[in-house]
Amino acid sequence: MTQLTITLNGERRTVPAPATLADLLDHLSLDARAVVVEHNRSIVRRPGLATTPLAEDDVIELVHFVGGG
Amino acid sequence: MDTPFSIAGHSFRSRLMVGTGKYPSNALMVQAIEASGAEVVTVAVRRVDLDRTREEGVLHHLDPKRFFLLANTAGCYTADEAIRYSRLAREAGFNDFIKLEVIGDQETLLPDVDGLLQATRVLVKEGFSVLAYTNDDLITALRLEAAGAAAVMPLASPIGSGLGMINPFNIRTIKRRLSVPIIVDAGVGTASDACLVMEQGVDGILMNTALAAADDPVRMATAMRHAVDAGRLAYLAGRMPRREVAVPSSPLSGMLGETPPGR
Repeated sequence: MTQLTITLNGERRTVPAPATLADLLDHLSLDARAVVVEHNRSIVRRPGLATTPLAEDDVIELVHFVGGG
Repeated sequence: MDTPFSIAGHSFRSRLMVGTGKYPSNALMVQAIEASGAEVVTVAVRRVDLDRTREEGVLHHLDPKRFFLLANTAGCYTADEAIRYSRLAREAGFNDFIKLEVIGDQETLLPDVDGLLQATRVLVKEGFSVLAYTNDDLITALRLEAAGAAAVMPLASPIGSGLGMINPFNIRTIKRRLSVPIIVDAGVGTASDACLVMEQGVDGILMNTALAAADDPVRMATAMRHAVDAGRLAYLAGRMPRREVAVPSSPLSGMLGETPPGR
């Protein structure tokens, strides 16, 4: 088991590797239905999460809906 | 009978749309939204808080089956940024609607109409129904309609200002000249403001701070529901002309001491 360093929501983080985006959400205890994933500026749809591997220095944004006007 | 209120083929039961931001608590937000009778509620797209120290997502409190979620691009200062947020919002999987905001200035939060038009063109091509938050400026409104906006949302006054409708003439002109729905967005402070806005004949109104920052948001939401209905009804009823002299409401004849005609 090695580790990867990624930028996750603007913060540098190390995560266990190898890992897919689905693994990352699991690791963070996030429900894939409740977040939208952007991987290196491209949106990854839910079916693609388990087949998209994470690589060193990837930039991930995890967003959801919050209160707003 | 009123005509149905519809945007891009969707009919909505209320002409009042409300935001979900800045409430003292989520419980109060839900109660106020219920009291407002609104069906369309706006939400913002933000990073998930990975440490769970801040609020959880708004969908923990609002049932997306009961409300039509209208995502906004609040906080975006360029067309590119607003396009990126719009795509993320659509991916959440609720609808193709986006309340498009491209802000041009931090102090006034007034729109950057150039960026707004640019982003509208791109998003319309991508199949979005764009509801464009804009100035109360006819020319921009016409250009947004020509760019394919599903609705145009001129401001009553700046976001969160509570100043009410600054220029009813501009709002009426935009309504008269455009075919797409006109929804006044931002600036309403209290019920009379909302009523006046609806009396101009616009199709709907969107507000957030007027409810969230009221001492009693639930009561204000109820007041707003009535005000929007009252304003709409008054518009449909057609007001009497304004006159600068009095016109008596009671008969001028038949007064005591009057000499009856023909005697």
